[in-house]
Amino acid sequence: MTSLHKPGAATGPRTDRPRRRRVGTGGRRGVPLPLLLPGLLALAFLLLPLVALLIRAPWRSLPGRLSSTEVWQALQLSLVSATAATAVSLVLGVPLAWLLARTDFPGRGLVRALVTLPLVLPPVVGGVALLLALGRNGVIGKWLDAWFGITLPFTTAGVVIAEAFVAMPFLVISVEGTLRAADPRFEEAATTLGASRFTAFRRVTLPLIAPGIAAGAVLAWARALGEFGATITFAGNFPGRTQTMPLAVYLALQNDPDAAVSLSLVLLTVSIAVLAGLRDRWMTTS
Amino acid sequence: MTRSVRRTRRMLQVAGAGAAALMALSACSSSSTSSDSSATKSDKSSSASPKLSGDVTVFAAASLKESFSTLGKEFEKQHPGTHVNFNFGGSDSLAASITGGAPADVFAAASPKTMKIVTDKKDATGTPAVFVRNQLEIATVPGNPHKVASLKDLTKPGLKIVLCDKTVPCGAAAQKALDASHLKLTPASYEQDVKGALNKVELKEADAAVVYKTDVKSAGGKVEGVEFPESAKAINDYPIVLLKNAPNAGTAKAFIALVQSAEGQNVLSGAGFLKP
Repeated sequence: MTSLHKPGAATGPRTDRPRRRRVGTGGRRGVPLPLLLPGLLALAFLLLPLVALLIRAPWRSLPGRLSSTEVWQALQLSLVSATAATAVSLVLGVPLAWLLARTDFPGRGLVRALVTLPLVLPPVVGGVALLLALGRNGVIGKWLDAWFGITLPFTTAGVVIAEAFVAMPFLVISVEGTLRAADPRFEEAATTLGASRFTAFRRVTLPLIAPGIAAGAVLAWARALGEFGATITFAGNFPGRTQTMPLAVYLALQNDPDAAVSLSLVLLTVSIAVLAGLRDRWMTTS
Repeated sequence: MTRSVRRTRRMLQVAGAGAAALMALSACSSSSTSSDSSATKSDKSSSASPKLSGDVTVFAAASLKESFSTLGKEFEKQHPGTHVNFNFGGSDSLAASITGGAPADVFAAASPKTMKIVTDKKDATGTPAVFVRNQLEIATVPGNPHKVASLKDLTKPGLKIVLCDKTVPCGAAAQKALDASHLKLTPASYEQDVKGALNKVELKEADAAVVYKTDVKSAGGKVEGVEFPESAKAINDYPIVLLKNAPNAGTAKAFIALVQSAEGQNVLSGAGFLKP
């Protein structure tokens, strides 16, 4: 449907100009200048800071800096906690996305808006909110502490929670979008053939939306890996336990900018490797 | 959840405004007594030059927020037509902005080390003057249920302590005090700044934190301060300086003079700072 609309809408406003330009730039690769220039500017804007990071990197002292145990601890913790946060997001987020896409209940619009709130909330606010909810003196945390002796702040579990809080909306939005685009008739056919609704979800819907789930998971993982504000507010900063790479970068910046650049470079490399490796495979197939 | 955040934020704002108002009051009451003792040279010069005008931009350490805001209002009152703009933040990042070319008139840092970043780049005029000092204090949850009475008590097992990270001034000072008394302390977290450490105690997530006296004071009744003698070995100097590219140097000088005057010192010591 939407693909039928696009050509009409696109040619509409261009009718007075297109012929000359198309002839000028030649055939299929007609790129209008008003699109090309801002597009290239955007590309430069997004890439320039990263290039600057590469230029200013203290390459000579890099191996020495990166071989310190603290860096490896932080990197390891970052990778482990981001993966755990993604797992939490998958287990809880996919069902939530299904509820939002396939069921109808009063206030669904509001729930959808609230789900996306962590996307726009300043991460520090998210961290404070988590403290007030799950902290030792928090609304729920008080009982966790009293009944089970569990306190989440200052623990690795706290890091995972902070990251999942910020990253899960990415997964939910992505999966919900895929679910809406997927044809519900397959599920209906399965249920008329005798499958329960959960079986239909498991055997029919889940394989159908797998690329969307994978794309959402990659996004959530990348967001979790870069999470800073909520983590330092809720989980604190202790090397080996709650100090992830972004925290290490921030604190290194206070007295050793070169170290911060080196750490940033590691985080950048890991992020690019994962995004490039997974994006082509998963994100375009949906 | 967000509503409660907003509510606490509003409460914090109200508390902050209350504290500022209190300080303003104390400043007013003390100004009458200080008038006789304020015969210092700098104070004279500030009142002697009547034609001050325009905006002054002051970059100041976050810990100076309450007292400098009070002094800013006082300055504007003394010199109608002037306006003092503040940029409060971590001394490191402020220094980075100044060396990066931020159009500021005055820089007040929380440590000589951060001031050195600016003087090394030749962005300051003259030598920075230490105008206050800040001493560490232990902040505990109200009522001090764990009976923390000394720095050594913080090393008791089972206590949740937070310190500032060693990379920021308050953390470096805490480490100095611990080292001087041969104590080893494993905190639950190394916070990114002194307010982060204080917040963890205010929210009762940590049992105690090592912060500045001024932070304990600005927190009102939400934390309880415990002084410890070792803090004398780790006192932080706060230098202030006029910047080279100051857009409004004349008025900026007068503001620095106010900070150093007896009146300014009264406001600052009211906030918990020590005299240099």
